[in-house]
Amino acid sequence: MAGYAATSTRPIPRLDSDNRAFWTGGAVGELRILHCADCQGYTHPPRPVCRHCLSERVAPKAVAGSGVVDTFTVNYQKWFPAMEVPFVIARIALDGVPGVFLTTNIIGCPVDAVDIGDRVRVVFEQHGDVYLPLFEKAD
Amino acid sequence: MKNVEAYITGVGQSEVGMKLTRHPLLLTLDAVREAMNEAGLTIGQIDGVSTYPGRVAAMPGFSPVGADELVDALGIRATWYAGGGEITSQLGAVVAAVGAIRSGQARHVVCFRTVYEAAAMARPDEYPMWRRDRVEGNSQWFSPFNALSAVTWTAQYAMRHVKRYGLTREQLAQIALTDRAHALLNPRALVREPLTMDQYMSARMISSPMCLYDCDRFTDASTALIVSAGDALDEVSCTPIRIAAMAGTVERLSWDQAEWMACYATGVDLWKRTDYRPADVDTAQLYDGFSFQTLAWIESLGFCEVGEGGKFIEGGKRIALDGELPLNTFGGQIGAGRLHGFGFAHEAVTQLRGKGGARQIPGDPRVAVAASGGGPLATALLLTKD
Repeated sequence: MAGYAATSTRPIPRLDSDNRAFWTGGAVGELRILHCADCQGYTHPPRPVCRHCLSERVAPKAVAGSGVVDTFTVNYQKWFPAMEVPFVIARIALDGVPGVFLTTNIIGCPVDAVDIGDRVRVVFEQHGDVYLPLFEKAD
Repeated sequence: MKNVEAYITGVGQSEVGMKLTRHPLLLTLDAVREAMNEAGLTIGQIDGVSTYPGRVAAMPGFSPVGADELVDALGIRATWYAGGGEITSQLGAVVAAVGAIRSGQARHVVCFRTVYEAAAMARPDEYPMWRRDRVEGNSQWFSPFNALSAVTWTAQYAMRHVKRYGLTREQLAQIALTDRAHALLNPRALVREPLTMDQYMSARMISSPMCLYDCDRFTDASTALIVSAGDALDEVSCTPIRIAAMAGTVERLSWDQAEWMACYATGVDLWKRTDYRPADVDTAQLYDGFSFQTLAWIESLGFCEVGEGGKFIEGGKRIALDGELPLNTFGGQIGAGRLHGFGFAHEAVTQLRGKGGARQIPGDPRVAVAASGGGPLATALLLTKD
């Protein structure tokens, strides 16, 4: 089976003041990571303080949305009856955002076409008010 | 105030099974009673209780008995107790107890871990999981992508090992094959059927490169360990096992942000706190909720170089009962059941006392390592008979 079929069976995050910018950025096509105006570092998961310098001058910033597959697994187990398997779970190291990883799915290609080091690019999948950042191979 | 050494004295375990009907508090009592009997201690001498992760209301089978419930049920007068999940993994409950012992707050602390997940899944009306419409906390960073189980998180670390160091399935199989071979010799083991390489290689994949046999399974059981003060050993009738060194690590708790497994830092730290060296270790009891975690612990503790774990266990001879590093001699969690961390310390003590029966390792073992945790949390204990 190629790729992952979007379903409504994904658990969806509850929005709060910390995470809203991240989960809704896809509405305007932005992948937003919390950025520090003082040390220029990034903090994820988002919270009201920079984890590098403890500055409170932090705000969501749109990042490039591209990155590299740091590692991955192909999930074959149906964790609930409606789950469509197999699909790729991957951890992405984002370009220009050192120290931040996103766990996500690689979609749009056969599961055996994914490897560590692959270049990927974000695509958003909407679930009501939440936009999940999924990734596709960039080349 | 003098600083005393801490020892594991009594160890105990309830029956181990799936879908047990015996009440989880009674399973806990069975384990505690066996541990007290072995140590020659009575309830009146117990003055501390420690557990991981405490009662978890949202997941009733995961941790059905809290420390305070045990205190109340057994009529313990505790001068110190603790139960919580915000600690460096399961055996962190033992580390906490050692702190209480060394600071003079308690003399004999019962540490326990009770699991009831198989029973809870079979009887959801009695043990309902809390359901929410939306996810929050750390879970929000992976469950929307259906990375719903720790196997999918562990598999990503394992995949990096496969790609970077060339770990093969035949090599990784040796953890499960060894566990299952040792479980055959343990009368309390959950899984008492042999596993062959052919069965392993043809097993269905769960989350690559981890197949069905790389995973433990839900178990109902309780394990208890009594930690006693060095100046209270005259009250104890069993051979005390000294907790010679301890180490634990957490840095990025959320698995999605933990770049590498916490066991690697923990292994380095353990050897900074003792004059013993990896070559002194007579047996290793290393967490195997998923097989790759054991391989990572072998590397972390310096039994081989990082990246060489696959070659180290290849063929399985080195980690067999009569090998240079007998591993998970009770069957680990994959063979003996998901005792969730405490089984490793229980077995280390059992082997050091020469009470392993058919699975007893040869010679006179004096030094053992017990380790719990995978991913962002890790705890290691160095246990000695000296």
